[in-house]
Amino acid sequence: MQIYLPIAEISVGLFALLGVGGLVGFLSGMFGVGGGFLITPLLFFLGVPPTVAVATGANQVVASSVSAVLSHIRRRTVDFRMGWVLLAGGLIGSSLGIFVFNLLSRLGQIDLAVQLSYVLFLGLVGLIMFQESMRAILRSRSQPGKVPKRHQHLWVHRWPLKMKFRASGLYISVIPPLMVGALVGVLAAVMGVGGGFIMVPAMIYLLGMPTKVVVGTSLFQIIFVSAYTTMMHAITNGTVDIMLALALIVGGVIGAQFGAQAGARLKAEQVRILLALIVLGVAATLATGLLLRPDELYSISSEGHA
Amino acid sequence: MIRRILAPLLALALLAPPLPAQEPAGETIVAGLSQTRIAITTSFSGSDVLVFGAVRREAPIPDGPLQVIVTLEGPAEQVTVRRKERVAGIWINTDAVEIDRAPSFYSVASSVPLREALTDTEDLRYSISIPRAIRSVGAVIEGAPTFVEALIRIREEEAHYVDEPAGAEIAEDTLFRAQFRMPADLTEGTYLTRIFLTRDGRVVDSHETAIDVRKEGLERWLFALSREQPPLYGLLSLFIAVALGWAASAGFRYLRR
Repeated sequence: MQIYLPIAEISVGLFALLGVGGLVGFLSGMFGVGGGFLITPLLFFLGVPPTVAVATGANQVVASSVSAVLSHIRRRTVDFRMGWVLLAGGLIGSSLGIFVFNLLSRLGQIDLAVQLSYVLFLGLVGLIMFQESMRAILRSRSQPGKVPKRHQHLWVHRWPLKMKFRASGLYISVIPPLMVGALVGVLAAVMGVGGGFIMVPAMIYLLGMPTKVVVGTSLFQIIFVSAYTTMMHAITNGTVDIMLALALIVGGVIGAQFGAQAGARLKAEQVRILLALIVLGVAATLATGLLLRPDELYSISSEGHA
Repeated sequence: MIRRILAPLLALALLAPPLPAQEPAGETIVAGLSQTRIAITTSFSGSDVLVFGAVRREAPIPDGPLQVIVTLEGPAEQVTVRRKERVAGIWINTDAVEIDRAPSFYSVASSVPLREALTDTEDLRYSISIPRAIRSVGAVIEGAPTFVEALIRIREEEAHYVDEPAGAEIAEDTLFRAQFRMPADLTEGTYLTRIFLTRDGRVVDSHETAIDVRKEGLERWLFALSREQPPLYGLLSLFIAVALGWAASAGFRYLRR
């Protein structure tokens, strides 16, 4: 069954869209990532123009994040105070990121910048997470019962403006979360993603938050960052396709519910190692695209009606 | 009485300029289209267009076989073609050529291969073949023709540029028809149909009609809203996202009870 998308101006199979939405929604609910880093390449594969894929992906991330965050709120695994602090940093970062994006567009190298930052950040984050969670699994096997120390006092914890984050069991300075939020905001705007795949490890390893709270809190702030991105794309480029979003959302919200339940059944280390593998897989795919000689050296972009 | 009326008419006819060189044999096209409007609705998955017609002539059929060429052309766009090169181990876009006018869709059907149906001069004059339908002036980069070739190659693979050397038929030097397949990813706008009759590679007569391709219903409404009221459109898409996200969560909670 084919469906014509009014903004993308193509006709795509409805079930393919529902499938893409469902898969990304499942991962979103399970890991607390928005799934933007997966949805864009998948839509591109279906023939959706990249600009429409990025903008509409952001819109679908809003829906799956709302759906998943509601189940996290019921399980009390959202640190709202931390979420607001991260969001404040995130909006500053997004605005800065949109400035950087426009600058790179003018220089004509935005595609390369986006692909390189995907490979670099996904690769780095994936490797760190994979290594850390492997170590955690090995440790829990060799010494059962002994819980590793959670509160490591990193240098960032000695800064002023301390605040209590009860849900996370932390008493730290607000400056590190603001900085993490801002950094993710910049990357989110430049790469056109929610930024969960950077936010989640940053919360675990930089802020020392417990994994169970990390997912819900990340989702909470992703809702707002991707809503902001959607509005920006709709207003400046007019590339959000409601019909496409609708098909992805219907698949996505259902997937997110299953994902959140599957995630609750898995151990924290298992969730992290799975996410690490997916992130590494996407990074490797994109890296081969940059390194191998493409089949077609030329590409076309049309700039409206002449 | 009759002579008095006829005399000035005869004088006028003698004074009138000679007929254009294009129609020496007095053969003209009478043509029709299977549809002059294409509505893009939600379930749109491409469309077939049939162009048909006949040759009207007052004199006996001149010597030499008559050929027919039919073109279907979508709205023109400005296009940038980029080329990748290997820099420091990775493939990145380096050179780019801007092409002023390239049709978003172009299909040409002829009764015999274009090279036989048309001389180069006539092709240049009427812009019939695919390379002639693309206009690129002021392309300064070295090897610009390869960029135009790349544009044609990519669009031919996407079936946006189609050359069908046997796509048109002409029977008894009089009746002709050509069938076009328009793909699902159509750009909105006016599509121009041109019909050319050629003899010995020279155009004998030509005829133009237009097909109006427009989004309709929900597609029309959403597209217009996204262009005329972008903030409202953005809010609508966010509202749908939040509402569906909430509905899914509530629905699943209800199912689990």
